[in-house]
Amino acid sequence: MITRCIIRKNEYYDSVFLMRVAKRISGQKGILEAAALMGTEKNKELLSDIGMAGVETSSVRPNDLIIAIMAEDEEALSAVLGNIDHWLNESLGQAGTIPYRTLEEALTHLPHSNLAVISVPGQYASREARKALEHGLNVFLFSDNVPVESEFSLKEFACEKGLIVMGPDCGTAIINGIGIGFANVVRRGPIGVIGSSGTGLQEFTTLVHRFGSGISHAIGTGSRDLSDQVGGITFLSSLEVLDSDRETRVIALLSKPPGPLALQNLIHRIMQCRKPVVTCFLGPKQDPDDANLRYRTARTLDDAASLAVQIATNNPSPHLEDRSFKFQELINRERINKSPEQKYIRGIFAGGTFCYQAQQIFQDAGILVHSNLPLEGNSKLQNPLLSVEHTLIDMGSDEFTSGRPHPMIDSGLRYERILAEAKDPQVSILLLDFILGFNASPDPAGELLPAIAEARGQARKQGGSLSVIASVCGTENDSQNIQQQVKMLEETGVIVFSSSAQAAQFCALLMASSKEKCRV
Amino acid sequence: MSDKLKDLLQNGPVAINIGIFDFAETLKSQGAEVVHLNWNPPAGGDPELIELLDQLL
Amino acid sequence: MATGAQPSSDIKQKIESANAEAVKRINAAEPVLVDIAPAREVIPGLGNRMILHSGPPVDWQNMCGAQRGGMIGAVLFENWAGSVDEASRLLENGTIQFEPTHHHQSVGPMAGTISPSMPVWVVENRTFGNRAFCRQVEGRQQFGDYSDSALEGLRQWRDIWAPSLRKGLLQMGGLELKPIIAKALTMGDELHNRPVAASSLFANALACPMIEAGVGRDDLLSTLNYITKHELLFLGLSMASGKASVDPAAGIEYSTVVVAMARNGTEFGIRVSGLGEEWFTASSPRVNGLYFPGYTEKDAGADMGDSAITETAGWGGLVLAGATGILGLVGGTPEEALAYSKEMRQITVTTSSNYRMPVFGFKGAPLGIDIRKVVQTGITPIIDTAIAHRNPGYSIIGAGLVRAPLECFKKALLRFGRKYGIAEPIKGSISPPFGKGR
Repeated sequence: MITRCIIRKNEYYDSVFLMRVAKRISGQKGILEAAALMGTEKNKELLSDIGMAGVETSSVRPNDLIIAIMAEDEEALSAVLGNIDHWLNESLGQAGTIPYRTLEEALTHLPHSNLAVISVPGQYASREARKALEHGLNVFLFSDNVPVESEFSLKEFACEKGLIVMGPDCGTAIINGIGIGFANVVRRGPIGVIGSSGTGLQEFTTLVHRFGSGISHAIGTGSRDLSDQVGGITFLSSLEVLDSDRETRVIALLSKPPGPLALQNLIHRIMQCRKPVVTCFLGPKQDPDDANLRYRTARTLDDAASLAVQIATNNPSPHLEDRSFKFQELINRERINKSPEQKYIRGIFAGGTFCYQAQQIFQDAGILVHSNLPLEGNSKLQNPLLSVEHTLIDMGSDEFTSGRPHPMIDSGLRYERILAEAKDPQVSILLLDFILGFNASPDPAGELLPAIAEARGQARKQGGSLSVIASVCGTENDSQNIQQQVKMLEETGVIVFSSSAQAAQFCALLMASSKEKCRV
Repeated sequence: MSDKLKDLLQNGPVAINIGIFDFAETLKSQGAEVVHLNWNPPAGGDPELIELLDQLL
Repeated sequence: MATGAQPSSDIKQKIESANAEAVKRINAAEPVLVDIAPAREVIPGLGNRMILHSGPPVDWQNMCGAQRGGMIGAVLFENWAGSVDEASRLLENGTIQFEPTHHHQSVGPMAGTISPSMPVWVVENRTFGNRAFCRQVEGRQQFGDYSDSALEGLRQWRDIWAPSLRKGLLQMGGLELKPIIAKALTMGDELHNRPVAASSLFANALACPMIEAGVGRDDLLSTLNYITKHELLFLGLSMASGKASVDPAAGIEYSTVVVAMARNGTEFGIRVSGLGEEWFTASSPRVNGLYFPGYTEKDAGADMGDSAITETAGWGGLVLAGATGILGLVGGTPEEALAYSKEMRQITVTTSSNYRMPVFGFKGAPLGIDIRKVVQTGITPIIDTAIAHRNPGYSIIGAGLVRAPLECFKKALLRFGRKYGIAEPIKGSISPPFGKGR
């Protein structure tokens, strides 16, 4: 085995681009590990984490490119390192030869632009966002790690200028039928939605689509917008926008529980809305008194989508394919081969909101869990790498994604985690989510199938049976081919639901029934 | 509400993409107009100079 | 904020106005060739035993090989020493002084050496009345070749070509250079590595006046041979024009416009309008280039010469888009050359109202390099240049492209912040880069 690295001074690429380069290099014959990253301190640490500690990087700056390769032999190594430009250029695709380096220059080319989509590293993000606002652009700010004070001042500035800041930490939006960031291809229609989380918006919009209706606009606000520190500035301006938007007939609001002051402002504004409003504040049940008088509340994303469609179309409550009649049959089947010690559920999520919503559903069913993203009432997982008892893990949170791709893009970390969980003979249920759409992995199910099959095999070897429950978030128009994704999962023995809430509800039933069985 | 915000909602995004290249491609694939900015950390990432630039430029 | 600090919107406004004034002055320049005269007669402050050299100040110990060679050549040319060893000794022990050309309203190609008896181009900026001087451009002594045959070129320039041209020039009462430069830019020149069209236009302009002035047949023939075959002839004139055009833009308080870029083969230095006469320097970069047969990059010295005054004035690398003839040199395609010029527009204050590029839809050449924009974007000026040997005694060995080092611009910006009372920046904590977004 042989390790070597190349440093290229002053050559900056975005992290997603570099991950793709590394992935393609890793696929070459004789290459054991490849890393392509910018020379930040964090990334340098990462190099030693993946066993490339010997690389001399003290003089490497954040603007320098590092390509580090571990190969079986010299031949494989030099085949790749001797031709780095090839790997960089090929990944560049049709990036074009005339690069714009400043916003001003880009604006001369596209003077009628109305939006800046910003995904630069966090410490630079508010600077770029402010510049965009100064030039009169609305902002979609994907970057996270932006201090909350900066978020507030950016949004306040935007508000003064009559502009909107979606984010920071905004993953998803659909504006006038165009998906931005991680979004699904959904029908256009009468429902406008504002949401603080990307996966929440993806789930809601795909469910509305499945219920036969459609989306006018889906506006992301970033995860902290309804905190008291930010005060819901983006929620409030979005509400104004949707209230006066001609296409929108119903407005849905999705968020974790808002701060008390932000909630007060928000409700005050909701009361003035001319259009019906549906809210879904995930978390412990605490709806204000006036809820359901002036606006409707929903407990889950499914309920919110269903309610919104019902109001928008004046049809009786739409539902996903009702499988409850089959539930008992499925539960019986899943229980057959369980060993007595199998009693815990492990949820390994790509979507943070799904992890959160599942905890709420379990709590309502009386099941407390550990999590790295605990709902009030649940306990914080001491070591996010180590599950205990019932554990639901958000694999998209900082401790997993710092310097690595998000699990929606790359399933590597979830793959390893599934295998790790399966080694624990007390694990009975594995709960997973698969998210399709723009910018997500081209084959999320396919990437995890080998791990799922191996996990189930491991459980059988241990004398038990592992239930794998999953939801797939997407539509038939997404590029990943949802039917094929579901089929592959089902053929591997996974029970697949059309929504994350349903999958969690089924798990709750399955656990309740196994408790009964224990009591018997 | 500014004209730019109305324009965004009524006519859809016309975007400058700063950062992840794939986001520009996603927009383009849906028929949106987009220019990708070849972004670099300002002042080579030097915090002192960045602060200075914020006051001068 | 520190005491005396001012609100940043204020200072931004002051900078913008100062920079607007700087580029207004550069745009307004009217360079006219008024004389071709021995350096000692025209260059202010040039001592009897002084040699000017290119770039920021440098001492003999730190001077690069090619520049040392050029200095030795100049000493021998002036007959101040009879041998190379003696010339070196005189330079080393300070008997012969040397100072930067830029400190004497002058510029010089490569080693830049100007000694008292060398005839120089005298260009006057008619708008502001200031003058600038540049020596003759050739391919040997200025690269460090001090052989007798190399010096023979200088002697012919001194004794035959310069006096003949001077007669013609005085006969016609001076020559306006702005029209020649503007035309040449539309003819594929960028006036640094490729001044072919301008050189021809210049030869055309001087031919008849030399006859009219009664230059003798032998001298006339020799001089016509020289000016009609010397493709780089006009570089000395574009450099003097650049210097004459940019100098009035120096010394404007609050301006962040670069008014000089010059290299001595050891250091690359810049001067900034609002920062007086201070040089901001970094190590001279290596040139990315093509080499004459027999030479490789191992032989090459670092970047050298005052010719980057052409880029400072908005020509050279800044207008590569129009110089299709040297695409081979810039290593590529028309798209690449276009990309360079587009890139340069991102670090300049404005575009030229005089000098336009047809391939660019007649857009003006990028003008007025702004240190703030350079530091902000990390885009540094692109310069096309010739390559000298790392050791003394060689002629030109190649040509190519080089980027001004970012370090100079960073240093200048920090000094600017201090000079104009910008609060000492607080070193903020830097958060880790993003990894998610959900």
